[in-house]
Amino acid sequence: MPTQTRDAAIVGIYEYPLRKAPGVTPLQIKAESAAKALEEAGLTWTDVDAIYDAGDGGAGGMSGLSIAEYFNIKPNVIDTTAVGGSSYEFHAAHAKRDIAAGKAKVALLTYGSIAHSQQFNIGTGGRGMGGGPASPVGNMEMSWGMTLIANYALVARRHMHQYGTTSEQLAEISVTTRFHAVRNPEAKQAMEDLELLPGAREITIEDVMTSRMIADPLHLLESCIISDGGGAVVIASADVVSDTKKTPVWILGTGEATKYPEAGGDITTSAAAQSAPSAFGEAGVTPGEIEIAMIYDSFTITVLTLLEDLAFCKKGEGGSYVEGGKLRFDQAGAPALNTDGGGLSSNHPGMRGLFLLTEATRQLRGESTSQVPNAKLAVAHGNGGMLGARHSGSTIILGRD
Amino acid sequence: MAKPKMDIPLPRFPEPDTEPFWEATKGHELKYQVCDDCGGVVWHPRRHCTHCTSLNLSWKTSKGEGTVYTYSIVRQNYYPPFRERIPYVVAWIDLDEGFRMLSNVVGVDAESVSVGQRVRVQWEDKDGLSLPMFTPA
Repeated sequence: MPTQTRDAAIVGIYEYPLRKAPGVTPLQIKAESAAKALEEAGLTWTDVDAIYDAGDGGAGGMSGLSIAEYFNIKPNVIDTTAVGGSSYEFHAAHAKRDIAAGKAKVALLTYGSIAHSQQFNIGTGGRGMGGGPASPVGNMEMSWGMTLIANYALVARRHMHQYGTTSEQLAEISVTTRFHAVRNPEAKQAMEDLELLPGAREITIEDVMTSRMIADPLHLLESCIISDGGGAVVIASADVVSDTKKTPVWILGTGEATKYPEAGGDITTSAAAQSAPSAFGEAGVTPGEIEIAMIYDSFTITVLTLLEDLAFCKKGEGGSYVEGGKLRFDQAGAPALNTDGGGLSSNHPGMRGLFLLTEATRQLRGESTSQVPNAKLAVAHGNGGMLGARHSGSTIILGRD
Repeated sequence: MAKPKMDIPLPRFPEPDTEPFWEATKGHELKYQVCDDCGGVVWHPRRHCTHCTSLNLSWKTSKGEGTVYTYSIVRQNYYPPFRERIPYVVAWIDLDEGFRMLSNVVGVDAESVSVGQRVRVQWEDKDGLSLPMFTPA
């Protein structure tokens, strides 16, 4: 078994509370969140020597430059990896690596978005793969009317065909995340502010099955919400950790991967199948030891696929694995899934990977609203891009002493 | 003055990787690339062989026959030219020559489409090119 390293730990987090935040900018959400996360850690702007940014503040590819100035930081490490919703798991992986290499001591990850206030029809407004300069992929895929949700539906349909997975099984994932969301006051408020169907309450498999079909076989209640929001995560080196205020949450293992369409490829297997063995191997832990599973829930099928690829169960057995509410925080036999309510029922401003890290941290500190008693090990797996076409995946194993 | 009618997004040029593919659609030919050196099939079209490091690729013509690998029936799309087509089927099609392309399954009740169904290409002519769609064989 490899030796578990304790180079870098999450020492400060902040989740922007509002899901409807008219009148603020993504950059303001990033800065406010960063200030609060640093304050929680007992650190300040001048302590930060490494910046990780996915370009969500509006500067796109130049974000490494603009974010440093806006925060008034002079970083030694600038990383602008932008691979969609999983970018923050990639950033955490890189922060651990940069800290272990002695290039940085305090890393700052931030996220801000006003997707709801800007009224993005993220899932169903699709021109397809259009937009931006002409590209080979765009030219081959933009004309077929593939919406974002239809892309994920392609995975669900094939999963059903290949393994006999049912819509009722997929619905279990929505039911579980909603069960957690109603226990999270900020998510409850979000359900009211965003008028989530069928109201700010627990839902049943029947509720999911009778909700509107958006792209067969995926229903409305299998889809993430569109909110505003953001947050920040501060990661520090072992010597800085001893001076911070909260229980450190160590980054024990990381893995990164991409996946794209190929002749003969298996659409039911995601990038996680490549990133997970690296992360679990480095951490020296097995999926069976994980108590908290923060899994990117853009749609139900995303979670089902990722649970299999993270080896919580065998490929094709995700349907039976999620049955019977086993992934609820108060049930034994499986890790607790997305205990903040997830993207399905708490917040999804477009790239929710950062929230996988913040809720995993809360669980390992004992601060979750759906707390698993004495939780010691968590996984955060982000998926960015489109599951049914090209996407990125990053796995982070987190633990406390 | 009447607003120009919005149409579905079409490939844009110059885009040298895919331009020969779309040029061939004018004659209703479904082209794909094969490596001259290793014989590997390359899709989507591009500059280089994705199997070996060769830069020598040739265009071949597909028979346009294949199977539905997976599909979805799109029932909601706010973008007007697609909204008019709802419900419509988006699918990954496995062509017999060994490449997988995204397209639509048309000319059939959306509910009757299935994974593994045999399909053949059917062309929808647009301004200056033609879109390769698929219909049950």
